Amino acid sequence: MHSTILALALTFAALALGVTPADAITIYPIDRAQILAGSRFDLKIEFDGVVGAADAKVTIDGADLSTALGRTATFVERENGVAASALILRDVTLAKPGRYAVVASDGKIVRSVSWEVYATGSRRARNVILFIGDGMAAAHRTAARILTAGITEGKYHGGLAMDAMTNMALLGTAGVDSIITDSANSASAYTTGHKSSVNALGVYADRTPDTLDDPRVETLTSLVKRAANMAVGVVTNTEVEDATPAAMVAHTRRRSDYDPIVGMFHDSGVDVLMGGGAAHFLPKSAPGSRRKDDVDYVAKFRAAGYSIVTTDRELKSATADPATRKLLGLFHPSNMDGVLDRKFLKQGTVTSFPEQPDLVDMVKTALAVLSRHDNGFVLMVESGLIDKYSHPLDWERAVMDTIMLDRAVAAAKEFVATRNDTLILVTADHTHGLSLAGTVDDAVKSPEMRDKVGVYEKAGFPNYPPANDEGYPPRLDVSRRLAIFFSVFPDYYETFRPKLDGPFVPAVVGPDKSYIANDKYKDTPGAVLRVGNLPRSAPQGVHSGEDVVLTATGPGADRVRGFLDNTEVFRIIVDALGLGAPAAQ
Amino acid sequence: MIRPLRAAAGVLAAGLLALAAAAGGAERLRFADLYQASGVLGVKFSDLAAGLDGKPVVMRGFLAPPLKAEAAFFVLSQKPVSVCPFCQSDADWPMDIVVVYPGSRTDAYRSGSTPVEVSGVLQLGAKLDAATGFLSQIRLVDATVRPE
Repeated sequence: MHSTILALALTFAALALGVTPADAITIYPIDRAQILAGSRFDLKIEFDGVVGAADAKVTIDGADLSTALGRTATFVERENGVAASALILRDVTLAKPGRYAVVASDGKIVRSVSWEVYATGSRRARNVILFIGDGMAAAHRTAARILTAGITEGKYHGGLAMDAMTNMALLGTAGVDSIITDSANSASAYTTGHKSSVNALGVYADRTPDTLDDPRVETLTSLVKRAANMAVGVVTNTEVEDATPAAMVAHTRRRSDYDPIVGMFHDSGVDVLMGGGAAHFLPKSAPGSRRKDDVDYVAKFRAAGYSIVTTDRELKSATADPATRKLLGLFHPSNMDGVLDRKFLKQGTVTSFPEQPDLVDMVKTALAVLSRHDNGFVLMVESGLIDKYSHPLDWERAVMDTIMLDRAVAAAKEFVATRNDTLILVTADHTHGLSLAGTVDDAVKSPEMRDKVGVYEKAGFPNYPPANDEGYPPRLDVSRRLAIFFSVFPDYYETFRPKLDGPFVPAVVGPDKSYIANDKYKDTPGAVLRVGNLPRSAPQGVHSGEDVVLTATGPGADRVRGFLDNTEVFRIIVDALGLGAPAAQ
Repeated sequence: MIRPLRAAAGVLAAGLLALAAAAGGAERLRFADLYQASGVLGVKFSDLAAGLDGKPVVMRGFLAPPLKAEAAFFVLSQKPVSVCPFCQSDADWPMDIVVVYPGSRTDAYRSGSTPVEVSGVLQLGAKLDAATGFLSQIRLVDATVRPE
């Protein structure tokens, strides 16, 4: 207590002298961090300059660090690449719930933060399924509902599976460093309960250049395996190493550390892993590899007992075998193709990789394999191309993949229909700035496409054909189609039409690394140049910072209401699984 | 006044050299001809590409500048390049890129959405770029570039 008073006195003294303590000493986990009781995290204190070991002091609730935690932090006089000192203590756990005051001092200035360590109730859910529509904004959702269900006289002829859930909330997505997140720190908030920074996964982003030494926080995968011996599945249609799926296992400051991330998946004991990204599993000597070393991770996964599949047929065959309990599905060397190209247009890379499975089938097979494990499972499913297509302003492909996400949610709801033991959560990780303005009506006679944009009562309703059995409209190039526009963009040619000849590439690299409008679309009838409102270094549209929608159903969904921070998703999951109950620690 | 003229002469000379290389027996190699099999777990170079390993070839494509200032190479792709703003790593390049090491260092090679022809000696097989760590499987070295 005396130390706390002293620390506060020093803080006030520092403030009086004009020093800004917050800039001078950084403490990880950050101020107001919420930490699951019993979960592991690294404590790091970054001092502003080189300090003496004897002057670097940390207390927790007034007690010296080594007394409070029973372990001594490592003092680093000069960090690698930084002329400053730090204290690091890895794999800290705090079992007792409550508020903790952490005070650090270098003998001159003082910084204090407060952590909340929380417990949970006992386990209520056997399984948790977390669906993430990467980059899915409200406009994606509304457009998906219109295209899949149809709408007349203002009333939808049906709804989305992700709408029909018992609970809903808005999530804030901001990160430690910015009001705008990327998929790394946003997914990391869901899988660790800690905020992080753009490009970072499972760590607080520190100041050293090494991307793999940052202070870590425990992932959901580690927790459920360690505390409850549960099975874990990760399913995506992007590369499995990409930020959202990687957040289930990874600790890195830099999301593009694909080679280490493959190793982290291997070491995590993940039971089902499916998606693209095979090129980083191959040793560099293999043509087609993108690894920078000669480790053959396909062989390593096989040796660890995984069934390895690369096509839809192999996936279904392996899943039908009741002995399959560990499954690695790699269906593309890079990102898989979206549903519009796979099922309808045969564009993208579909001709090279014609046997890619559908996300819905990947989810069904993951559920079948994970159900063979005795202690329940956690499954993350990402419809990742919603984001990959929204970046290049290709909203039709993004919306079709939103429908695909919804079909996958429907499959999961069907799986849990006969049992009330599975919490299903459906959300996005961030938004894109797109909005539904009306319709584009080719029947309006004008040489200028902008005159065909109908707003208010002139928008009426689009004339897409009814959805097929799988929920997709068989045609998108209809005469009265949705008018959806992005709010942030590089220079590009707006065509007011779906891109039937392959995914949209709005801008390309021009002189001096600046991006210029792709003149491939210049001669599309009616195309107009939209001069960008982003820096010329931006090749595509960007994420936006609006809230995302979270819907949920099943045991534990009752906490999903009102406005929540994105870290609360983790808390809802661990609460449903009882991972912070006294018996679980 | 002299400098631009010299630069123009240099570009012209490079173009003529490229034409000379093309005319001097360099085989034309298309992106579509690079592989005979492209599977999820690896690719197999075509007999044509394998036969041209170490020999001069001419390829058509779109040239992007290097991502890092210290890089001495460019990337030739089948389609104009547009990369993810957040994850500018090799993961975002198309799978079938060709890495181009120019014969003399220059920054004149930026094609945007205009295709170029690149003449150079074909090299197949994994190689890590010493300065950047960038992994390439197909390279054109000692290359010259000219607008198509």
